[in-house]
Amino acid sequence: MRLNEKELEIVEILEKDARTATGDIAKMVGLSVEETEQSIKKLEENKVIVRYISIVDWTKVEEHPGVRAMIDVKVTPKRGVGFDEIAERIYRFDEVNSVYLMSGTYDLSIIVEGKSMNEVANFVSQKLSTLDSVISTTTHFILKKYKHDGIIFEPDNKDKRIVVSP
Amino acid sequence: MESTKRTYVSKLVHELKPSGIRRFFDLAAGMEGVISLGVGEPDFVTPWHIREAAISSLEQGYTSYTPNAGLLELREEIAYYMKTQFNVSYSPTDEIIVTVGASSAIDIALRTILDPGDEVIVVEPCFVSYVPMVELAGGVAVQVQALKENDFKILPDQIEAVITEKTKAIMICSPNNPTGTMLSKSELEGLAQLANKYDFLVIADEIYAELAYDEEYTSMAAIDGMLERTILVSGFSKGFAMTGWRLGFVCAPVEISSAMLKVHQYGLMCASTMSQYAAIEALKNGRPDVEEMVKSYRRRRNYIVQSFNEIGLECHEPGGAFYAFPSVQSTGLTSQEFAERLLLQEGVAVVPGDVFGESGEGHIRCSYASSLEQLQEAIKRIKRFIDSLE
Ligand SMILES: Cc1ncc(COP(=O)(O)O)c(C=O)c1O
Repeated sequence: MRLNEKELEIVEILEKDARTATGDIAKMVGLSVEETEQSIKKLEENKVIVRYISIVDWTKVEEHPGVRAMIDVKVTPKRGVGFDEIAERIYRFDEVNSVYLMSGTYDLSIIVEGKSMNEVANFVSQKLSTLDSVISTTTHFILKKYKHDGIIFEPDNKDKRIVVSP
Repeated sequence: MESTKRTYVSKLVHELKPSGIRRFFDLAAGMEGVISLGVGEPDFVTPWHIREAAISSLEQGYTSYTPNAGLLELREEIAYYMKTQFNVSYSPTDEIIVTVGASSAIDIALRTILDPGDEVIVVEPCFVSYVPMVELAGGVAVQVQALKENDFKILPDQIEAVITEKTKAIMICSPNNPTGTMLSKSELEGLAQLANKYDFLVIADEIYAELAYDEEYTSMAAIDGMLERTILVSGFSKGFAMTGWRLGFVCAPVEISSAMLKVHQYGLMCASTMSQYAAIEALKNGRPDVEEMVKSYRRRRNYIVQSFNEIGLECHEPGGAFYAFPSVQSTGLTSQEFAERLLLQEGVAVVPGDVFGESGEGHIRCSYASSLEQLQEAIKRIKRFIDSLE
């Protein structure tokens, strides 16, 4: 889908803040509210805008169980299907959040989420390492999120300007 | 011995009026929860790669003076920038001086060209420093009023009416602080004709040149025959979000530049070294940042102008800078009354238009260099304030 200038602006605004009111978007891009609504609908229908999600800082939620680990996995590729088959075996697990094929000293990088370190450790020892093609795994637990997908978690947003200036 | 107390402050300085902005600063600074649309600077922090360049220059020990005119590498970057962005050619070795903000560029320009009693035509509403700086340089500021009915653009006839034998220069600023008005190529040509006919200079304050939202920017120096008559003032404060670095520059034909360099050299020696290293990085790699910021200002301008008109404050669409200049005449209040009552009643700080000159009366300057959330809240409060007047 080729976007016109206004549509591109709308996508950019929504990508920064999906909750920007349609009326405000209309003002910013210079369209009527109806036109803006139609454009957004079209963008949604064409899956340019796939979904609206929230970025949550779960560490703020008291007693919220949850850990994330990045796991480096070395595997033996299979004739004919290369890494795809083993990648699929891995990404089908619900615990697995992301899977990437990597260049460098290992093959797959996967991100796993679990309720506790124990749960992740169990996943690695019971499910991941036992797969035939998996040669080795190295697990790194994430201790703190500073920036994620371009979003800084606790930015210093203080306005440091003097209140009135020429 | 009988003694009357001696006054140490010069008569000239004694008689300078303090800036009208100061009063609002004092009022607003003492209040809690104020939303300020009174800030004359970007809400962006300087992009990180530019800050990093300054840090790196410090780490490497570049902490000494630079040449008076500034680092040659920076002047070369400025020359390239002015050529590619604004189509004006200046020699980096003798037509560009790196200054302490556009402020000091204006100051050395005026002190270089003015003999006592020389007149400088100042177009109002304008930046609060112009008139005092002319006076401090020994000149006489002749104020002409750009009017609302002309979209705050000065007409050649108005200028012609005040030209005398003593007219040495005219000061213009486009896009303008406080009105946001940008002059088109043909409007600049109209001024250029007068400058040629009556043989005076144009001090063109182009500090907001990067922030043009609808039309491509035309520099005064790019108008036919104007390179020789223009003292072009610009800098990094607004376009690159670098106000606190205090870095600007001035470009002029060599005859004027070499004279300005004397003033700059004796008065300031050179601009801050680490800021100069930051500016090199800004010019080399800062284009994408500028474009992002321009996009963001344009959206906010569209938002605020439409919102003002909706709540009953008539507002023309400014072509550049980050100021909206709506009229408050419909409320029956003067700009001072409006601004003061709005601040006390609703905690929104704006700057009354009359501090920028007589023709700004009846308007308020609202900077939209604030987050959308802040702008929304400000509009809500201003609407409530206007409704309370009825
Ligand atoms: C029109 C105009 N000229 C010059 C300046 C001063 O800029 P600088 O920070 O480069 O000294 C300002 C700052 O507000 C301005 O609005």
